Amino acid sequence: MIHLWLPLTFSAALFAIGVYGVLARRNAVMVLMSIELMLNAVNVNLVAFSQTLKNVLLTGQVFALFVITVAAAEIGIGLAIVILIYRNRETVNVDEINLLKW
Amino acid sequence: MTSHELAFAVLAVVGLFSALRLVTTKNVVHGALYLVITLAMVGGVYLLLAAEFVAWVQIVIYVGAIVVLLLFSLMLTKAPIGRAALDNQQRGVAAVVAAGVLAGLVTIIQGAFSGTKFTPVPSRTAEIGASIFRHFVAPFEVVSVLLLGALIGAIALARRDEP
Repeated sequence: MIHLWLPLTFSAALFAIGVYGVLARRNAVMVLMSIELMLNAVNVNLVAFSQTLKNVLLTGQVFALFVITVAAAEIGIGLAIVILIYRNRETVNVDEINLLKW
Repeated sequence: MTSHELAFAVLAVVGLFSALRLVTTKNVVHGALYLVITLAMVGGVYLLLAAEFVAWVQIVIYVGAIVVLLLFSLMLTKAPIGRAALDNQQRGVAAVVAAGVLAGLVTIIQGAFSGTKFTPVPSRTAEIGASIFRHFVAPFEVVSVLLLGALIGAIALARRDEP
């Protein structure tokens, strides 16, 4: 027996820490790490609800696997863009990159 | 509090502490190593929730692949050290927003699920495989093509153009 609020509160705290990291960090790689924290928080929620609702198809766990896959795709593209920007601008600070600003 | 919940609380406290260190540390490489601890603790939480396959996928994909990718990109870009190099000037606002998100979510959770309990039933990998390949074949194919496209895009973006 386990209280449902335990995993849910854990994931809420993880998500809030990720929000802080995305807003307060200026190094692009650290921002990507914080986004990973937020995606993990979502996955904890999905697995916890999958176990609570006793779905026969295990939809929550399958969806958590899909989220992990999309996170891997996102981090690959994100790091490629970071390396490209570093090569062109010699910086990866998100507040100094204004290529799309006018 | 059962022993199950106690083990859960220990994993959660360690994971949250290293997540906090991740967003406050002054060294980027230390941040990546704190991320390893947090991701491993989340994997342990999946094990306690009896989601075995998701737990091992978490360890293999996140701790094995994504953190190595992050460390390589830190090696290829500048990895500055120091608070001024890593944080911007919005730390106070960011802390207020994060505290607001946490307070709102905890209020909702306590209001809606404070009495709900559940017993984790172990789900075998074979059941997840059957579920994916019987009922979620179309999303699975879409996600695999997405991954292929993303990785080819990453290679095309990051490779140096030969003159």
